[in-house]
Amino acid sequence: MTPFTFTRAVDASDALTRASDVGARYFGGGTNLVDLMRETVEQPTTLIDVTGLSTTIAETTDGGLMIGAAVTNTALAEHRAVRTHYPVLSRAIVAGASAQIRNMATVGGNLLQRTRCTYFYDVEGSRCNKRQPGQGCDAIGGFNRIHAILGASPSCVATHPSDMCVALAALDALVHLSSVSGTRTLPLTELHRLPGEHPAIETMLEPGELITAIELPAMPMAARSAYRKVRDRASYAFALVSVAAALEVEDGRVKDVRLALGGVAHKPWRAFRAEAALRGGPATVAAFTAAAQVELADAQPLRDNGFKVELAKRTIAAVLADLAGVSA
Amino acid sequence: MSITVNGLPVPLPSDPRVSLLDMLREDLHLPGTKKGCNQGACGACTVLVDGQRILSCLALAVQYDGRAVMTVEGLAQGGELHPLQAAFVEHDGFQCGYCTPGQLCSAIGMAAEVKRGVPSHVTGDLSAETIALDREELRERMSGNLCRCGAHNGIVDAIFEVYAETEAAE
Repeated sequence: MTPFTFTRAVDASDALTRASDVGARYFGGGTNLVDLMRETVEQPTTLIDVTGLSTTIAETTDGGLMIGAAVTNTALAEHRAVRTHYPVLSRAIVAGASAQIRNMATVGGNLLQRTRCTYFYDVEGSRCNKRQPGQGCDAIGGFNRIHAILGASPSCVATHPSDMCVALAALDALVHLSSVSGTRTLPLTELHRLPGEHPAIETMLEPGELITAIELPAMPMAARSAYRKVRDRASYAFALVSVAAALEVEDGRVKDVRLALGGVAHKPWRAFRAEAALRGGPATVAAFTAAAQVELADAQPLRDNGFKVELAKRTIAAVLADLAGVSA
Repeated sequence: MSITVNGLPVPLPSDPRVSLLDMLREDLHLPGTKKGCNQGACGACTVLVDGQRILSCLALAVQYDGRAVMTVEGLAQGGELHPLQAAFVEHDGFQCGYCTPGQLCSAIGMAAEVKRGVPSHVTGDLSAETIALDREELRERMSGNLCRCGAHNGIVDAIFEVYAETEAAE
């Protein structure tokens, strides 16, 4: 591990001041960054511990929730209001990692965790445009069973590993940001970038910008929401495909729907096209399957991951059918 | 800068690169906590910090300034095995023993999570106030602790005896 200095920020403005160094990185639970530093994928010169930021989950005036960036994954998953009003979020969190890791990991850190592409991790043996811009990508011609089928580029086919973010994408979550020039909010769906020609740039964050909170707007329909994760073993594995969905059915028709996919792209993939295809239409398995078809129409599978296209379609249809109470 | 390990205050390492795991094993000579994968995949390094189970391999020691760490060395009291340790012996909850300290600490943290009502991936009703620790819940909640000898059935039996039946009796 490359040497670094460790400092602790007492609050957001203190963190921003300390982040003026070029090699500074904010540090949450450390569950991803410590590992990346040990592998020398990441080599920060300063770590700024931001677990002193807000750890509260509070109701907002419009009936939503404001979640401090330093809330742990466990604390968010077990929160009564989350379990009741946004069950998809609790479900997504407890589908991820292990209990030990969820106890350590923060909400802010979960958003910024990096891909589990094995070529990205393989500093000595593999080329990676994300780790070393311009170097090339060994995943594209390599073993790419776990890689992206949507929104990838000739530079990078990595996926975003988070389960929590898939639920947040479906829930219209807002990310509250702070920098020396002020504060702003971004929809979660616009925080992460597709790889394009610059896969090393993964988010829309400005240098030194800090995630301070995640806001969930009120969404009554989310009380009926679900998360399904398909993986190689029953527990403690990253998603091959995952689906987060909330569905409101009235008189047999889809009144409203939120749908997002994990394990398929460089970012949590909000399925806007499928949602548009579903709204106002019949709440039937045939309609759910057709909508899934629409969302996956542009899928570009690699050598080893063609199965993800069909898997994603089936999982979307199955989750929506469960929520609608119709049989597949 | 100091933390408490098994009740005793100890200074933190001056080099922030030292993981909590390496501090326990190398600096404090507490080799009970094991280094398995050293990348958060096996659970052998599980310890309790303020009662919560965490992976000491993915933790920098300096992160835990001011906190209280409990390792497997802190479980037995007055020469008596912790009830969970006794149950592991009784139920053959280990073969080579390498994963055992992590299993023990993890199970103790898990029992507290169940008591608090933290849901798991297999919890049926998220709105339930209490969660019963059945074998399916137990297996899911312990999935972050691998045993390469395959002693999982004994491990599950031992944990079940100490925590599930106690809960049911209350």
